[in-house]
Amino acid sequence: MPQTRIAGWGRQFVEGEELKPETLDGAPPVLFRGLGRSYGDSSLPAASSPLVVNTTRANRIIAFDPATGVLRAEAGLALVDINRTFLPRGWFVPVTPGTSLVTLGGMVAADVHGKNHHVEGCFGAHVTRLKMRVADGRVLECGPDLERELFLATVAGMGLTGQILEVEFGMRRIPTPWIWQESERVANIEEYVEKLKESAKDWPMTVGWIDCLSRGANLGRGFLMKGRWAQAHEAPAKFPRELPKIRFPFTAPEFLLSQATVKTFNFGLYNSHFQKKKVGLTDPFRFFYPLDTVLDWNRAYGRRGLTQYQCVLPDSAGTGAARKFLEVLSSRGGASFLCVIKDCGPESAAYLSFPRKGISIALDIAIRSDTQELVDALNEHVLNAGGRIYLAKDQFTRPEHFRAMESRLPAFQAVREKWDPEKKFKSAQSVRLFGD
Amino acid sequence: MRRVAILGGTRGMGRSIARRFVERGDWVVLLGRDEDELGRSKADLEARGAPGVRVATTRCDLEHPESFRPALEAAEQLLEGIDTVVVTAGLFATQEKLEQDPVFAQKLLTVDFANTVVFCEEARKKLLLRGKGTLCVFSSVAGDRGRKPVVIYGAAKAGLSAYLEGLDHKYRSQGLVTVCVKPGFVHTGMTSGLPTPPFAGEPDDVAQAVIEAIDAGTPVVYAPAIWRAVMTAIKAMPRFVMRRAGF
Repeated sequence: MPQTRIAGWGRQFVEGEELKPETLDGAPPVLFRGLGRSYGDSSLPAASSPLVVNTTRANRIIAFDPATGVLRAEAGLALVDINRTFLPRGWFVPVTPGTSLVTLGGMVAADVHGKNHHVEGCFGAHVTRLKMRVADGRVLECGPDLERELFLATVAGMGLTGQILEVEFGMRRIPTPWIWQESERVANIEEYVEKLKESAKDWPMTVGWIDCLSRGANLGRGFLMKGRWAQAHEAPAKFPRELPKIRFPFTAPEFLLSQATVKTFNFGLYNSHFQKKKVGLTDPFRFFYPLDTVLDWNRAYGRRGLTQYQCVLPDSAGTGAARKFLEVLSSRGGASFLCVIKDCGPESAAYLSFPRKGISIALDIAIRSDTQELVDALNEHVLNAGGRIYLAKDQFTRPEHFRAMESRLPAFQAVREKWDPEKKFKSAQSVRLFGD
Repeated sequence: MRRVAILGGTRGMGRSIARRFVERGDWVVLLGRDEDELGRSKADLEARGAPGVRVATTRCDLEHPESFRPALEAAEQLLEGIDTVVVTAGLFATQEKLEQDPVFAQKLLTVDFANTVVFCEEARKKLLLRGKGTLCVFSSVAGDRGRKPVVIYGAAKAGLSAYLEGLDHKYRSQGLVTVCVKPGFVHTGMTSGLPTPPFAGEPDDVAQAVIEAIDAGTPVVYAPAIWRAVMTAIKAMPRFVMRRAGF
C-alpha cells in the first residue's frame, strides 16, 4: 500500500494510506472516512495510525420502502446519488447539509444539520438504525431504542466509536421538486438576527449570508433567505434542471485572496440583491447546494488551503454576542468570502452534536500565518458566550478551549473507552483535541 | 427495452453499468459467484430501478467454465430471454506480482483470456439463436501494445481483443453486435492501491460511454475517451522508445 497524501476539504495534507474497498466486510479496524468534506482533520489518520478506509465504494441501497419512506443503505452512499434517484420520485432526506457531496456515514458521524434545524433537528434525529462494527470485531445494530448509549455516541461521534457500515433513516415526501423562496435584504447584524428568529416561526428553512467586512452601523448587512417546498399549484410539472458542473481549474495564487478581493466580492454580492425583497421559485440544487456546481472550489483558496470556522452562539448570550463576534473577526483582519448565519433549534441527545438553541455562524478563512491566533480569539469569545464549535469544520481549536466548551466530552469519552479501550478508531482530530 | 445479463455486475464498472440499465428501465440479471454480493446488488438495483424493472441473479464463476451454460440458461429463464450480454469480470494483478507468482499468472491468463472466450462462445450461440443481440466485453488498453507494466495481463487482453474483433467481423451480418470496451485506468476496487496515472476515469463515466456504445453498436470503445488518443500515440512509438519508457 503506497503512502499517499490525504486532506480534508481545507486541503491541509497529511501522509497516510487510504484503502478504498468495494465492500466493507473485512475492512481493517481503523477510522472510516467518506467523501472528505469535513474541512479540518476529522477524517485524517492520526500520525500513529496512518491507515484509513474510504467507504465511498460501499454505496449500495439495501432497502427502500415507498410506503414508509424508510431507506437503508451502505455507509458510503453519497447524498448526491440519493438525490439523483429519489428527488424525481418525490422523496428527499429529512435534513441536508450545504453540500450533497457527503456520504450517509459522514452525515451520521458529523450529525449534520441544515437550513431546517429549528424544525427538524440534526440528521441523527431521523436515523432509526445503524449497523456497526465495533473495536472487538463484533457487528451489531444500534438505534435510539437499541444500544442507545453507543448510538448516541456514534451520532456526531466523528467515527471514533466504531465503523458505521449501514444507515437506516426516514426519507420525507415532498410535494414537488421545487422550492418556494423569499429573500430579503437586511441592514445590519441586529436586524438580521431579529428577522432570522422571526421567520423561523413561519418558514421551515432559513439561511442567510452577511458581509463580514462591513463596519459600524452596516456591520452584518446581508440577506436572509427563507424557503419551503413548493406546492403543486405553484410549481411547473417538469423536473428542475441542474446547473452544469464546472471544475475550478487551478490552485489560485495567494494575491487573489487579499482583503480587497474579498471586499469587492462581498460588496458585489450584497448589491446583487438590490431589491429589498425577492420571491419566487428556485430548485433544490441552487437552494441547498449552490457551491456543488463548482467542483474543487476549495482550490480557490490557494496553496495553503482554507479552514472553516463554525460556532453556535446560544440565545442566552443575547444579540450582542453576534455583533461582538464580528467585531473580533474584523479587528483581526479576518476576511471571509462566505459568512453564513443560521438558526439553531434545541440540542440533540447525541453526546457531541454541535447545534444548540441559538444562532450558528460559519466563515471560510484562507489560511495565513495568523490563522491560529484568529481562531484562538474567536474561540475565547465563543467560550465566554457559552457557545461551542463544530468538529466537522475544525482544524485549529486548542484542546483546552474545546474541553471548556464541551461539557459533554467526558461522558462521550467514557462511552468511547467502553467500546474501544485500545483506541483503534482515532483521527488526527481526536488525537489533537482529546489526546487519543 | 433491453434484457441484459451482466457477468461482474456487483462491483466496479459492472455495478455502474447495471445501475444505468435499470434506471432507464432495462431488465438485468446479475451473474456472479458470491450469493451474498449478488443479493445485495439485486436489492440496490431494485431500489434504483425505474418502475416495473425486473432484476434477477444467478450463480456463475469465470473460473469454472462448466458454470457458464447453466448460468446463461438460467438467465434466459429469469428474464424470459436475454438480448444483451455484458462481461466486466476478470482478474488483475501488477506485473511484479505476476512475475513472482506463476500459479496466479496462469490463473489470470486462463480466466481473462481462455475462460472469457469460452463464456463469450456460449453467449454468442444463445444470442445468435435469437437472431440478434449484443455482446459487450471488457478488454483493456493494456491489450493494445506490449508494455512493461502489463506484459502478462496485457497479453491476455490482447488475445481477448483479437477474439472480439474476429467475432465482430464474422457475425455482425448475422445480427450479433460485438462491443469491445478498452478502459484506461479507472478508479475501482481492482486498481485500488495503484498509483494514479494521468487520464484516470471514474466508473460512472465509463458506464455512460459503454451504454452509448451498446446502443449505437460501436465495435471498439475507449473509456475515458482520451485513451484512444493516448493508445494511438503509444502504438506509434518505435521499439527503442518503448524499451526505455516506463509505461
